[in-house]
Amino acid sequence: MHKVIIIGSGPAGLTAAIYAARANLKPLVFEGVQPGGQLTITTDVENYPGFPNGILGPELMDKFRKQAQEFGAETLFENVDKVDFNSKPFKLHVGDKEYEAESVIISTGASAKLLGLESESKLMGFGVSACATCDGFFFKEKDILVVGGGDSAMEEATYLTKFASSVTIVHRRDEFRASKIMQDRALNNPKISVMWNSEIVEMYGDPKEKGLESVDIRNLQTDEIVRHNTDGVFMAIGHKPNSDLFKDQLSLNDSGYIITEADSTVTSKKGVFAAGDIQDFTYKQAITAAGSGCMAAIEAERFLEGH
Amino acid sequence: MSEFTIDVNEENFDSVVMNSDKPVLVDFWAEWCGPCKMLTPTIEALAEEYKDTSSIVKINVDDSPAIATKYGIRSIPSILLFNNGDVVEQRVGAVSKDELAGMLDKIIKG
Repeated sequence: MHKVIIIGSGPAGLTAAIYAARANLKPLVFEGVQPGGQLTITTDVENYPGFPNGILGPELMDKFRKQAQEFGAETLFENVDKVDFNSKPFKLHVGDKEYEAESVIISTGASAKLLGLESESKLMGFGVSACATCDGFFFKEKDILVVGGGDSAMEEATYLTKFASSVTIVHRRDEFRASKIMQDRALNNPKISVMWNSEIVEMYGDPKEKGLESVDIRNLQTDEIVRHNTDGVFMAIGHKPNSDLFKDQLSLNDSGYIITEADSTVTSKKGVFAAGDIQDFTYKQAITAAGSGCMAAIEAERFLEGH
Repeated sequence: MSEFTIDVNEENFDSVVMNSDKPVLVDFWAEWCGPCKMLTPTIEALAEEYKDTSSIVKINVDDSPAIATKYGIRSIPSILLFNNGDVVEQRVGAVSKDELAGMLDKIIKG
């Protein structure tokens, strides 16, 4: 039986682990399918305080993990497949193993949103990507598309010009929601062009052959659909919370975020806390995730004391 | 460096992967790929567990781009499972140790 089990290993989960470990709660962290979380697929993190020259995302998360382990947190490269918060103690299933916990901190974060086309999921990893830093290398001298209009779309498009011969941003509206500095960086890049008022409606290619070969793009003003040849499509249309595991166990909002009480990480189930992007649809920063991870550990400690 | 995984490049690919009489699980990775590094402990644990019945090998796509191109790798981490020189399974992105073990067991235990 564990006092605290933490699900997820991004800034929220590992900060919770640091605090819980220092409180002598011997936390167990299930790192999940993306150990280190979303920062491991970024390049430079330039806005995390304490690193005036920036730091690489994976390196920052290594430091978080080491710091948690230093104080006695146990971290496992395992993925929780099922939880039961109606039993006492709470039960978590990993494959055919069962773990018990008096309290649980959920920090499963968010993952990239996709268009939802069947052809898109079939071609994921075969020309369709949600991670420019992972996959850009394979698109040297290729013509590729980036879908989205926010900061991450601008960042991905700019990054991909290091490899691709051309990058076209496909965006549903006639203006970007990205910050001015990121837009300027992208729009001033001679390799980047933009297709406004446009969306991808179908993708073509065989994962067993050459992968993605072309896409249908609809112009939302004229409704005209045109087929475009392309070697790659990078998705940057935002993120969705990884809350499938909890949908029958905790109160979620309409977008799938775990609902927490105001100014706390308390969920609808006593003893279960949520921190980071799984409950934050507003800020979604590494530093805010870390902050709420700290809150969750302190709240879990108080819950265990009063128990 | 792990003692149980084998580093494969364009020179030893044929001898270690294509001509192996055991199933060979190939992990395509690169230094700059965060998710690849995160998969490393899984691959190493698997390599230790299956050291007698399989070969678990790593191919750095920076050093061996021709192999990555030949197998149409467009995303890493990518895992290819070879049996008798043929690709029998492929996984892209994060994957659990249990899933990889299941792929190997299917061949080993028939």
